[in-house]
Amino acid sequence: MDGLLSLALTNLGSPLILSFVLGVAAALGRSDLVFPEAAAKALSIYLLFAIGIKGGVSVADHGIDLRLGLTVLAGVALSAALPLLAFQLLKAMTRLDRTNAAAVAAHYGSISIVTFVAGTSVLQTAGIPSDGFMVAVAAAMEAPAILSALWLISRGGGSGAQVDAELWREILLNGSIVLLIGAFAIGIIVGADGLAEVESFFVAPFKGALCLFLLDMGLVAGRGLRRSRDVLTPGLLAFGLLMPVVGGVLGAMAGMLIGLPTGSLFLLTVLSASASYIAVPAAMRVAVPDADPGIYLTLSLGITFPFNLTLGLPLYLALARMLTGG
Amino acid sequence: MEQHDAKRVVITIETPMQRRLLAAIEEAGVTGYSILPVIGGSGRSGPWSAEGQVGRAGGMVQVICIIRPDRLDGLLDGVFAVVERHIGVVTVTDCTVLRAERF
Repeated sequence: MDGLLSLALTNLGSPLILSFVLGVAAALGRSDLVFPEAAAKALSIYLLFAIGIKGGVSVADHGIDLRLGLTVLAGVALSAALPLLAFQLLKAMTRLDRTNAAAVAAHYGSISIVTFVAGTSVLQTAGIPSDGFMVAVAAAMEAPAILSALWLISRGGGSGAQVDAELWREILLNGSIVLLIGAFAIGIIVGADGLAEVESFFVAPFKGALCLFLLDMGLVAGRGLRRSRDVLTPGLLAFGLLMPVVGGVLGAMAGMLIGLPTGSLFLLTVLSASASYIAVPAAMRVAVPDADPGIYLTLSLGITFPFNLTLGLPLYLALARMLTGG
Repeated sequence: MEQHDAKRVVITIETPMQRRLLAAIEEAGVTGYSILPVIGGSGRSGPWSAEGQVGRAGGMVQVICIIRPDRLDGLLDGVFAVVERHIGVVTVTDCTVLRAERF
C-alpha cells in the first residue's frame, strides 16, 4: 500500500501531471489561456513520430519474436472484446439507449495514445524497460473496437450505422495509425545508428514537448468538464471511473498469459484501460450520427483520461509489478 | 457593368463529413467551391468552440458554392443525401456575379 501511495505521489508531482493539472485549472477558472490548434497538431505529430521511431529501433535491436505476434493478437482481441463488456456495464449502470451505449463502448475498446505516451514516460522515470513493439500493439488496438460497436448497433435494428469503404479507409489509415506505424517502420529500418542522427530532436526534448501537450489536453479536458454538467449522470460518472480499471485488469491478465515483462505488461494494461478521443469519435460521427458526441467525448476526455493520467497510471504500475514481481 | 443571376449555397457541416460532402458536390457537376473553417458557434446542443479540439470529430467547416440557378436542384439532392442525418445547416440565397462563364 505504501508502495502504491509513493508511486501515486511521485506521479502526481511529476512535471507531466502538473502541466495537465495547470491546463485543467486554467479551463475551470475560465482563463483565456489558449493553446493554438496548429501547435497542438504539430506537437502530436512530434510525439507520435518520436514514440514510433524509438519503438522501431528497440525492435531492430532485439529482433522480432513470437511474443510480439502474441501481444498484437492479444491487443486486437482486447480491443474487440472490451466494447462488449463496456456495453453490458453501460446497460446495467446507465439509462443510455443502445446507440449511445454502443458508441460510448467503442471508445473504451480503442485506445488513448497520449495515455500510452504518458505511460512510457512513467516507465522511463521508474527505470523499467519495455518492449519497443508495444507501439505496434497500440496501433493495432485503435480500430477493432469500432467494428464491435457497429456490430452491437446492427444487432439492435433501427436506423443502424452508415458504414462504407471510405469509412474503413479513414479508420484504418487515420493519421495516428499511419504516423505510428510509419515511424515504427523507419525505426526498424534505420536502427540505433539512424536514431543517433536525430536523437537530439526526438529523444532529449521528448518530455518537455509532452508537458506542453498535456497542458493543452488539460485545457481540453477542463473545458469538457465545465460543459459536462448537463450530460453526466452518477451512473455515467461511475462508468467512466470503473471501466478503465476493469479494462486495465483484463489487459494485465492477458499480459500475464503471454508472459510479458513488467514494463510491457504495464503498457498493455494502460492501453486496455484508456479510452479513445480522436479516432473513434470521428468514426462515430460518420457512422453513427444519432449518437450524442457530448456523452462519449465527455466520458473519455473529461473523466477517464484525467483519471488514468493521475491515479490510473500508478495503480496500473503497482498491478504490473505485483503480477510480475518486478 | 453587366451582372448575372446566380445561387449562393452555404453548407455548414461536421468536419468528418467534409470529404463526403465534396464528393457529392463534384458528383452534381459543381467544381468550384470554397471551404472555410468554423471557429465556434451555438446550436441545439449549446455553444461549442474549435479551440483546443484534439480531433476532427467536434469541428465544423463551411462549404460555399456559387452556381448557375439551373444547377441548384441537382446540387441540393446530392447535398441532402450527405447531411440528412448529420449536424449541419444548408442555406440558399440569390446573388449576382460579374463573369457568368465562370459558374
